[in-house]
Amino acid sequence: MSTKRAGEFLTGVDLRQEKVRNRVFHGLLVAASLFGLVMLVLLIADVIWESSQALITYDIDLWNFFTGTSSSRAPQAGFGASIIASFWLMALTAGLAFVIAVGCALYLVEYAPANRTTRLIEANLANLAGVPSIVYGLLVLALIVNDVGLGSVILAGAIALALLVMPIIIVASIESIRAVPSSVRDGAYAMGSTKWQTIRRVVLPQAMPGILTGTILALARAIGETAPLIMVGTMLHATRYPSGPFASFSAMPTQIYSWTYQADRMFNGLAALGIVVLLVFLTGMYVVAGYLRKRYETDGGSITNV
Amino acid sequence: MSTETHSGSGISGDDSLEAAHEKNRRVRQFLFGCAAITVVTTIAIFLVLFDNAAQYFFGARISEAVLEGDSFIRTITFTEFFTGTRWAPDHSTPAHGVLPIVWGTLAITIGAGLVSIPIGTATALYLSEYAKTETRNKLKPVLEVLAGIPTIVYGYFAVSFLTPVLVDGIATYLANPIGGTLDSNSHFAPFVLKPLAEALMGASVGRYSMLAGILVVGTMTIPMVSSISEDAMQSVPDELRNGAYALGATKYQVSLRIVLPAAVSGIFASYILALSRAIGETMAVTMAAGFNANLTANPFDEIMTMTAYLVSMARGTTAVGTIEYQSLFAVGLLLFLMTLMMNVINDWMKRRFQEEYR
Repeated sequence: MSTKRAGEFLTGVDLRQEKVRNRVFHGLLVAASLFGLVMLVLLIADVIWESSQALITYDIDLWNFFTGTSSSRAPQAGFGASIIASFWLMALTAGLAFVIAVGCALYLVEYAPANRTTRLIEANLANLAGVPSIVYGLLVLALIVNDVGLGSVILAGAIALALLVMPIIIVASIESIRAVPSSVRDGAYAMGSTKWQTIRRVVLPQAMPGILTGTILALARAIGETAPLIMVGTMLHATRYPSGPFASFSAMPTQIYSWTYQADRMFNGLAALGIVVLLVFLTGMYVVAGYLRKRYETDGGSITNV
Repeated sequence: MSTETHSGSGISGDDSLEAAHEKNRRVRQFLFGCAAITVVTTIAIFLVLFDNAAQYFFGARISEAVLEGDSFIRTITFTEFFTGTRWAPDHSTPAHGVLPIVWGTLAITIGAGLVSIPIGTATALYLSEYAKTETRNKLKPVLEVLAGIPTIVYGYFAVSFLTPVLVDGIATYLANPIGGTLDSNSHFAPFVLKPLAEALMGASVGRYSMLAGILVVGTMTIPMVSSISEDAMQSVPDELRNGAYALGATKYQVSLRIVLPAAVSGIFASYILALSRAIGETMAVTMAAGFNANLTANPFDEIMTMTAYLVSMARGTTAVGTIEYQSLFAVGLLLFLMTLMMNVINDWMKRRFQEEYR
């Protein structure tokens, strides 16, 4: 390398060609980045177009759509029972997953010794996050729905969803518990608190916004999940409002799925409207999560500044 | 944070101290129990799938054989399962060769990888090396929305837009680039395209196609590749880039020869993650690619993935104890083992290529 003189070194380089190559490469990268953007715009435009067309063509009664139950006759079909079923699912999923996930995160951050069991639990978490959602549905179908005999009810669906989102909540909780500065913990210990008192009164309140953000994001994942619910078993049409956790059901995504497969074109339009409703719910959850995250960031800042 | 004093929590006496220790111990046990549930879940998945799949292969569940003394009879041989080329457990003349649906899953996974890996990597390079900070801060979250959209919405997108407009359009163009109908004027088609088109157009594009499945799964896995790869590229220290610039390298050379190799562990991890997601992807693939177990390489044909088979069986609300019900678990077990293998590879690659610059 050092034996070459500058003149010889540069003779092999065609600067103009290099410039062209750079520009072409840059252009390719921009085009690739735009691909995802274009698909996103197409997808949203398609959903809005289809649903607006449905509203115009079929003269859909929006009041009936939001409050009615689904029906095998398209003009009478509504989305209300599915929306309520999704609410039930979310509440039960959150209830089942939250305590276990936060408990697991607390154990891993605050208590776990650096041994083989701990490594197993951590490695297993990564594995669980990669299990296809439909496999959770199969597990619940065999174990809860048939062996235990619970049947295809909301609680069974919620168990599948809870298992599915648990790794997401755990990872988010671990991050926000780790983010609590150790000086705060030491302060609590210096005041004579026990480990659990420190965790409950100092660490958890500090980490809670982050944990809640993670939980909302996990529920946003759960609300759109279709495959596990289909495996657990849902009604083709949510023809009645669910009366509780032990009622049969069809949630928003599963109702959209069965509407998409009906021969009557009006059902396809209803599916598009259902997707709009689902996406509005999702956006709402992301907005709340983003708000919490922002507040959390300023809180964390003030603590580290002290 | 809270400064209120709590009765019984102070250090007033040995009794309360002992009680506090006891409480600590119980809390620790409870939290360990929570953590253990995650491991139990994995074990339960494996055991339940295995147990039910055993009934498919041997005519009795392992749990029933142990508890109630049911005997094993070979119903479906492993040879038939793994080498048969027709999959129709629910047919009146049943066939139990899993190859067509495994091929369906592989075709979608490979195809989706061909879409998301180059596009995702290029996007990551653009975000990390070329884009201005404000462009990056806007574009990255927007792309991540792609990963947050429910897969059922992608399925609807495939059914209502991709298949009728894009896939049909490509097929029509391939059949006759100049225009006109399929049967007339086909001599206008160039030499290469004509045989290709004739081979492909054997089956006209119906409601489902492999290509539509590849496009939706490829699109939804782009952000996994781009986000994780970009994080890896961002963690490559600027000293390496500056060193290359000082030697006269261009931006293009720095991107491809410095940043890419330095971030390779994170980039590969993102690929494995995207492929693993594609294997397990269910709704979008089912709605886009269909329910026909075909051993075909034609992207315009309808195919069935393993996940689509699971959905198709559940749609008919299969009765417990039937061979269709049992086949769900044989396929599910295979699916679980495939994603488990991807996770193990991911883990191994992380250790193999780990080169942290921090």
